[in-house]
Amino acid sequence: MPGHVFLRLAPNGLADLAAGLPDGIAAVSATNGKTTTSAMLSHILSAENVICRNAAGANLMSGVVTTLLHQTHGATVGVLEIDEAALPAVAANVGPRVIALGNLFRDQLDRHGELELVADRWRAMVAGLPEATTLVLCADDPVIDALGRDRANVVRYGIDDPSVALAVRDAAADSTFCVHCGTAYVYDAVYLGHLGAYRCPSGDHERGGLQFAARAVRTLGTQGTAFRLDAPDGASEVVLPLPGLYNVENALAAIATAHVLGVPSAVAVARLATFSAAFGRFERIDMQGRDVVLILFKNPTGANEALRAIAPDIAGSHVVLALNDRIADGRDVSWIWDIDLEGTLDEAASIVCSGDRAADLAVRLRYADLALNRLDRIRVVATALDQTVADAAVGERIYVLATYTAMLDLHRELARRGLTEPFWEGDR
Amino acid sequence: MLRIVPLYPELLSIYADRGNVRVLAQRARWRGIDVEVAPLGLGENLDPSAADVILIGGGQDRDQALVAEALITQTPALQSAIADGVPVLAVCGGFQLLGHRYVDQGGNVIPGTGLVDLETTAGSRRIIGNVVVEVELGGSKQQMVGFENHAGRTTLGNAVTPLGRVKFGGGNIGDGYEEGCRVGRVLGTYVHGPLLPKNVWLADQLLSWACDHRGLASSLEPLDDRLEESAATRAIELAKAQPR
Repeated sequence: MPGHVFLRLAPNGLADLAAGLPDGIAAVSATNGKTTTSAMLSHILSAENVICRNAAGANLMSGVVTTLLHQTHGATVGVLEIDEAALPAVAANVGPRVIALGNLFRDQLDRHGELELVADRWRAMVAGLPEATTLVLCADDPVIDALGRDRANVVRYGIDDPSVALAVRDAAADSTFCVHCGTAYVYDAVYLGHLGAYRCPSGDHERGGLQFAARAVRTLGTQGTAFRLDAPDGASEVVLPLPGLYNVENALAAIATAHVLGVPSAVAVARLATFSAAFGRFERIDMQGRDVVLILFKNPTGANEALRAIAPDIAGSHVVLALNDRIADGRDVSWIWDIDLEGTLDEAASIVCSGDRAADLAVRLRYADLALNRLDRIRVVATALDQTVADAAVGERIYVLATYTAMLDLHRELARRGLTEPFWEGDR
Repeated sequence: MLRIVPLYPELLSIYADRGNVRVLAQRARWRGIDVEVAPLGLGENLDPSAADVILIGGGQDRDQALVAEALITQTPALQSAIADGVPVLAVCGGFQLLGHRYVDQGGNVIPGTGLVDLETTAGSRRIIGNVVVEVELGGSKQQMVGFENHAGRTTLGNAVTPLGRVKFGGGNIGDGYEEGCRVGRVLGTYVHGPLLPKNVWLADQLLSWACDHRGLASSLEPLDDRLEESAATRAIELAKAQPR
C-alpha cells in the first residue's frame, strides 16, 4: 500500500507498527553520511537482531511507511535512514528510541531550502521530543551540538586529533558563526567543512564533551582508516575499511547509537572491521583488469572529502566525473563551483566529464587550470567509463565520481553486465 | 593591477558566488592582466580607490540582517566607487541589498544600502528553476542563463531599468517579465549558477569596465569559449524543457 494512503487511513498507524519492534527504532539523519551510518549500524546490529531497515533513497515519509508495513513482522529493531527535511514528521509519527544526527551542510538548496531552515525544523523537533528519546549528536558540528543543550539523554561523539586537522577551512564551510550570538567561532581544529573543535570567543557555545572520541587517527590511503576509540565502556582500536575522516564520523555515530541500543563498543568495533562499502561509497569493481572505484558525490563538502581521500593515489589514475541535475541530484548545479578542485586532479592521467551537465563540469575544470587536452566530454556515464577503460592500461585505477542519478544509471548498466550486485531502490 | 573585491564572502557566497570571482580573475590572467582578489571582511572598510570591480553575492536569509548592517556602513565608499566608474555585480541577496529595504515574511524591515531605487518583499513561495534572460548590453543582445532560487519579490523604481527580459523562468517578481536591474555599471540579478561561468560575455563586460577604471586598455582579446558556450546552450535547452 502506498505510504500516503496508509497515513490517511490510519493516522496513528506508524506508532502502532513501531510499537511492534521490541528494541525500538533508531533514526539516522544528516546531510552527508546517513546511508553509510545506517548501513554500519545495521551491520553491527545484524548479529543478534532481525532488522527492519529502509533502502537507501526510500528515506521520505512514504518510504518509511512502506518499510514499516512490510518488514516489522518478526523484526526486533528498526534502523531508519531519514531525509533531513522529512525527519521531524517521521520522528513525530514513529517515536524513535534513539535519533542520531550527523551534520548539516548546504545541499540541494532548491529542494531543502537553506541550511538554517532545516536547522530550525530540527530545533523545533528536538524541543518536542519525549525526554526518554536519546539523541546521538556529532559534537563537531556546532548546529548539531547545540541541539543537545538542556537535554538529559544526549550522547556526543567527535574527532579529537589535531594531527589530522586541515590547515585551512574549506571555502564551502557553512555554519561558522555561533548559533547563539552570531560571533565567528574560533577553531582549534577543523576536520571537514565546518566540523571541528570550535569555541565562541564570547563564551556562548563551545564543542560539548565527547563520550565517543576518535583519537590517534591514521589514514590508510583509499584502503581505509584506523583510530583509537575512547568510549564510556573502554578504549578499542578501530580499523575501518573505508577511507576519509567523514567515515570516521559515520563509524562513531554507528558505534554510539549501537551502544545506546545495548551493544558494547568493543563488539561494535570488531564488527565494523568486516563492513563493506554501501552503494557508490568507494565500491571497487574489476573491469578488464582495471581497478574501478565508484564514489558518490552530491555536495561541496562530500566532494572535497572524496578528493582528499583519493589524493594519495591520484597520480597516473584516470577520472570520470558525472554530473546530473535531476530532482534527486538537485536541479541547481552551481555547487560544483564550491568544490576546492584546484590542484586536486592535476596529476590524473585522464579526465572525462559526463552526465546531463557534462559541459558545466568541463567549464569548472577549465577554470581550475586543467589542461584541456586531457579533458573529454561524453554524455552517457557508462560510455564515458567504457572509453576510459579502453584508454587505461591493465592494473591502472579509474575513479568514478558521480552524482546520485548518474551513479544509479551506471550501477544499473554494470549490474546488467554482471559486474556488480543490483542496487535496489525499493524494498530489499 | 586589477583588483576584484568580493564583499563579505564568508557570509555572501551561498550559491557558489566564488565561481564568479574565479571566472573574472582567470579571464584576466589568461590575457596577461595582473589581478588581485581582495575580499572585504566584516568590520573592514572599503577603500574605493583600491577596487576595480565589486561583487556582492547571496547569503542565507538569516544572515541578511547581519550583512545589511555591515554593508550600510560602506554605502558612502560604494557610492564613491560607483561614481568613479567601478562596476558592481550584485546577485540574489546582494541584489536585494542594493535597494532601500527588504521586508521579510514576518513583516520585519531590513534596511538596504539604497544604492539603487528598488525594494524587495518576501513572498510565500520560492521561485526556483532554470532561467534565461535576454540582456542588451554594449549594443548587442545576449542570452543570460542560470538558476534562480528566491523568495524575494523585487520591484524597481520608475527610473531604474531591468537588466533584461525573462525568456524562460520567473524573474524579479516571478511573473516572467523583468529580471534584475541596471544603473550604469551597477548590475543586479537573481540569476546564479554561478552567473559568470556560463555568461562569459558578461564577465568580459565587467572586466572591460574594470580595465577602463584602472586606466588599462578596455578592449579584451577574445578567448576560446566553446566550452562555456556549450554549457550555456545546454542550460537553455533545460530551461525551455522545464514545466512553466
